[in-house]
Amino acid sequence: MSESEEKIIEIDNVYYEYPEGIQALRGVTNYVLRGEIVAIMGENGAGKTTLIKHFNGLLKPTRGRIKVKDKDTRKTSVAELSRIVGIVFQNPDHQLFAETVFDEVAFPLRNFGFPEDVIENRVKWALNILELYQYCDKSPFMLSVGERKRLAIASVLAYDPEVIVLDEPTAGQDYLQKEKISEIIKLLKLMGKTIVLVTHDVEFVTMYVQRIIVMSQGKIIAEGPPHRVLTDYNVIRRGNLLPPQLVRISRALYGKSLLDRYDYLSVEDLSREIISKMREANGGTSSI
Amino acid sequence: MRERLVYLRDVSYRYPDSKTQTLQNINFDGYRDEIVLLIGPSGCGKSTLARIFNGLIPNFYGGQLQGEIDIAGYDPRKTPTAKFAKTVGFVFQNPENQLFFNTVERELAFGLENLGVPPAEIRKKIDEALREYGIEELRQRSPFELSSGQQQKVALASVMIMQPQILILDEPTANLDPLSALKMIGLIAKKTREHRMLTILIEHRLEIALQFATRVVVMNEGQIIADGPPLETVLKTDYIVGAPPMVQLSKKLQSSGFPVNIDKLVPEAMALEIIRKLSKGGLDERKRREDNRDR
Repeated sequence: MSESEEKIIEIDNVYYEYPEGIQALRGVTNYVLRGEIVAIMGENGAGKTTLIKHFNGLLKPTRGRIKVKDKDTRKTSVAELSRIVGIVFQNPDHQLFAETVFDEVAFPLRNFGFPEDVIENRVKWALNILELYQYCDKSPFMLSVGERKRLAIASVLAYDPEVIVLDEPTAGQDYLQKEKISEIIKLLKLMGKTIVLVTHDVEFVTMYVQRIIVMSQGKIIAEGPPHRVLTDYNVIRRGNLLPPQLVRISRALYGKSLLDRYDYLSVEDLSREIISKMREANGGTSSI
Repeated sequence: MRERLVYLRDVSYRYPDSKTQTLQNINFDGYRDEIVLLIGPSGCGKSTLARIFNGLIPNFYGGQLQGEIDIAGYDPRKTPTAKFAKTVGFVFQNPENQLFFNTVERELAFGLENLGVPPAEIRKKIDEALREYGIEELRQRSPFELSSGQQQKVALASVMIMQPQILILDEPTANLDPLSALKMIGLIAKKTREHRMLTILIEHRLEIALQFATRVVVMNEGQIIADGPPLETVLKTDYIVGAPPMVQLSKKLQSSGFPVNIDKLVPEAMALEIIRKLSKGGLDERKRREDNRDR
C-alpha cells in the first residue's frame, strides 16, 4: 500500500449495542485514508454518530475492532486517541463550558499538558483562523450559533489532531455560515488534515468530498465517490437521501439521449454542456 | 379577492435589554392560501418576526413594539398569548421543546382540553389527526422515544388539531435527513392548501423548501429587503441567501442567452423545459407558432 493510501482508521466488523439494548451498529467494516475528505451519510438513526464516537474511543465496539493509527481503541485511552482524532459534535453547546472563548480553546491544551506559552500561541492561531480572536475575553454563550459552531471547531483545531470529525457542520446554518465552513474545510484539507463529515447535506457533499459512506440501520449500504454513490437511486432511497438537483436534471436529459452521462455534479460542467447543445439546436434551425 | 390574515405597517421592535432595534420598518401582508418562505442570515430578525405573529412578542418577551399590527383580527399588544393559540400554530426547530406528555395521544388532546372541547369530540379529532398524519401506531408511545422525523410529525399534528388559520414554522427540518425533510415540508404544503391557511416557513434548506413556496420574503439586519415570486426573489438576493444548484444553472443559461422558464422549482420541471427547447419537436412547434403569427 502506498503512503498516500495509508489507512489512518480501520473499522473491522464492528457491532455496537447501547446499554438499553438498541443495536446501533451491525457489522460495519470500512476505513478512513490519511488526507482524504470522507462523508458519512444516511437516515436519522442510521448509526452515523455512534460510529464516529468509536473513532476517539468514547464508545468501544461490543464486537469487532477499530484501530486508529494501528492502536486498538479498546486498549487505548480516550485521551490518547483524542490527540489523533478530534470530534466536533453537532450541537456546540454540548461541548462548550468555559468562562471565556480563550479558555474554551485552551482547555484541551491544558489537559494535554502543553506549556502555557505554547498554549497561548496555539489558541491565538486557532481563533484567528476561525475569525473569533476579537471575542477572546467574551463568554462563549454570548456568541451566535454559527460562531459557537466555529468555536467548537477552533478548540479541536488548536490541539492539532490528524483527523477532524465534523458532525453535521452545516445543519441549521445559513448560506453565509455554510460558505465559511466550506472555507474552513478547504483550509483543513490544505493543512493535510484527514476530514470526516457526518452530514445530510447532499449538495454540500458533491462539492467537497472524495468518498461517501452511506449507512442504513446500523450497516454500510454503499461506499464510493460522489458521482457514483449519488447517482445510484437505489442507495439514495435506502439512505433517505435525495439525489443532487443537477443529477436529477441530467438524468432526465440522459433519458432523452440529450446527454451521454448523468453524473454531473457541478453547475459549470452541466451548463457548458447544455449551452453547447442549445447553440447546436439553434444553429440547426437557422440552417434549415 | 384574496383574504388578508396578517397586516404589518411600519413595525419595529426592540428587545428589553437591547439598545438597537431588532426589527425596523417591517411592512408585510400575509394572505390565506399562501406559503411564504421567510429567509435571511442568522440574526436577521426572522425568528423575532415570527414571535410577533403568535403574540410571544410582546406578551412573553416584553420590549418595545411599534407600528400597526393585525394578526387575524388581533393586536398582540392587546391580546393575551393564550388567545393566539387557537388562531396561530407554531412549530419549532427542535420538537422536543414543544412536546410535554408521556403519550402522543395526550400530546394531541392537551390544546383541545384547554379550549374546553367536549371529550367525545376530542377523541374523534385525535383519531382523525393520527390517521391524517400517519402516526396511528404511535398513539400510546412516548414522544421522547420517537425519531426526530416522527417527533416533528407529532408536533405538527398537535398544532394542526387546533385548526389554526396561520401556521408558523421555525426551521422545522434542521435535524431531519433529506427525504424526511422533503416529506415534512410536502405535508405542510398539502395541509396549507387543504385547510386554506397562511403558512410562514423559516427554512435554510432552499433546495428542499423553494419548490413549495408561493412567495419568498428575504430579511437582512432587521429589515425586509426583498419580497416576491420565489425564483425571481432568490436570484435577486443570492449573494446573501445562496441559490440551490438548479437556480444557479438557470442563471447561467439565462446569461448565455438561453432563458429557461420554469413555473415549478423542481429539477424535473427544469429538465423538461430544457428538453422542450432542445428537442426538434419543440423547435418545430415554435416555428409553427412564429409562422402563425406572421400570417
